Amino acid sequence: MATQHSRSAARMMMAPAVILLLGWMLVPLTMTLWFSFRKYLPLRGGDQGWVGFDNYVRFVSSSSFWPAVQTSLIIVGGVLVITVVFGILLALLLDQPMWGQGVVRILVIAPFFVMPTVSALVWKNIFMDPVNGLFAHLWKFFGATPVEWLSQASVQSIVMIVSWQWLPFATLILLTAVQSLDGEQLEASEMDGAKPLQRFFYIILPHLARAITIVVLIQTIFLLAIFAEIFVTTGGAFGTKTLSYLIFQRVLESQNIGLGSAGGIYAVILANIVAIFLMRIVGKNLDA
Amino acid sequence: MARSVTTNRKIINTAAAWAIGLLIFFPILWTILTSFKTEAQAINDPPIFLFFDWTLENYSVVQERSNYARFLWNSIFIAGGSTILGLIVAIPAAWSMAFVPSKRTKDILLWMLSTKMLPAVGVLYPIYLIFIKLGLLDSVVGLTVVLMLINLPIIVWMLYTYFREIPGEILEAARMDGASLRSEILYVLTPMAIPGIASTLLLNFILAWNEAFWTLNLTAAKAAPLTAFIASYSSPEGLFYAKLSAASTMAIAPILILGWFSQKQLVRGLTFGAVK
Repeated sequence: MATQHSRSAARMMMAPAVILLLGWMLVPLTMTLWFSFRKYLPLRGGDQGWVGFDNYVRFVSSSSFWPAVQTSLIIVGGVLVITVVFGILLALLLDQPMWGQGVVRILVIAPFFVMPTVSALVWKNIFMDPVNGLFAHLWKFFGATPVEWLSQASVQSIVMIVSWQWLPFATLILLTAVQSLDGEQLEASEMDGAKPLQRFFYIILPHLARAITIVVLIQTIFLLAIFAEIFVTTGGAFGTKTLSYLIFQRVLESQNIGLGSAGGIYAVILANIVAIFLMRIVGKNLDA
Repeated sequence: MARSVTTNRKIINTAAAWAIGLLIFFPILWTILTSFKTEAQAINDPPIFLFFDWTLENYSVVQERSNYARFLWNSIFIAGGSTILGLIVAIPAAWSMAFVPSKRTKDILLWMLSTKMLPAVGVLYPIYLIFIKLGLLDSVVGLTVVLMLINLPIIVWMLYTYFREIPGEILEAARMDGASLRSEILYVLTPMAIPGIASTLLLNFILAWNEAFWTLNLTAAKAAPLTAFIASYSSPEGLFYAKLSAASTMAIAPILILGWFSQKQLVRGLTFGAVK
């Protein structure tokens, strides 16, 4: 009796959160799905009716689609490689005995707390500006011609800015994982004559595998959606248009809602493919 | 002999870690330093590191010209409001999932997580449309609700992982002693749950403060928080390094300080309890 009572109370307590999230997910998504099958141009004739899968075909066959896919892949892939590799090295270093460990940790984590518009703007102007930027000063000091970072090496520059923002996240999670490593196991391997590299590849790396997977999955979801960094630095010019930025432009800048919505559905599907893998890991952890 | 090797090793570790730490922190440090320079010194070649005429002028100019205080207030209202609203909705939900789990609890948690994965750009226009219809465009209330909804899954998850660590036996003991559901929550659970709730509050305040998709797309002059205010500096007329730095420093300083307190919660909150 008592359990039945508490069960229905539990359901009542869960209801607001479930209903809100259900509404937040279903209402806009249904609308996007609906628009994606219609020719809808609010500024040029409004809703012009049902067009079937036309928008889906046009979104994929437009000349900006494949470059956007490529840019997304380079940004996501580049940032992942940089943050995971340097994150592992940094985590291993921070795990060593040293003076002022707490302060170093704070210094390393700090970029994660900088709002994206600030970091984009600071990097764009104070560092990457071809005339007054710090890099330009540095290049001139060594007698080199300053690089116009955000037009000549635009995608690489964005990879660099975003990596700076996400390196702390990767480092922090990998450091947590490194710290849970069994010290005795390492000592035993050392006594058996394992070289540092062998210890890294046969003990440390396998131990970190799960944390690395989680870093990769979570970052992929966030990186596929980066917006402010591109909006502030290049506005999608110079080949920095990612898939989500392309959708944003279709929807808000060219006001082609049907086409943008079809792109939005592609983005939802893509994110869900990544999310399924992440949820499988998280779900397993719940049982444990 | 062995001892001196460890000390040497420690010195090398310390030097390397500090060098890398300072390198990573350098852009923030440089921004803070530049905010105290004059505009001419800010773009001086060679760059001046410390020996410039320290001035607070940029800070007062930013406040005067742009009414900085209003953007700051919008940020506080939106980040604080969305976090508190989220907690009000999430605490009962997380409580019931942690203490009265059913067969579906796991599925509900994972489903909530999946809503967090929904790409914002995929639902941009519908939200835009709904906001226009309801007159919520460029209003702090509308933005507060949206940010509450996008962070709700993280809030529920964090609270759930904290609540699950509270031993159930204590609740049973309270129940045996005849505590009602209300007093059970009020006198037994709340004191034990407060540290977890505080950490959740902190992390979500930070996430909401830094959110830069909806804040940029759903606000204009009236409801813009600091993220959108800073973005307005990207127009060419606003290119004053010292003032840009002063505005940036003010926008990130409170969060840097809060962030340093929330390092540990960050891992738990952003990995949904998968890494502890």
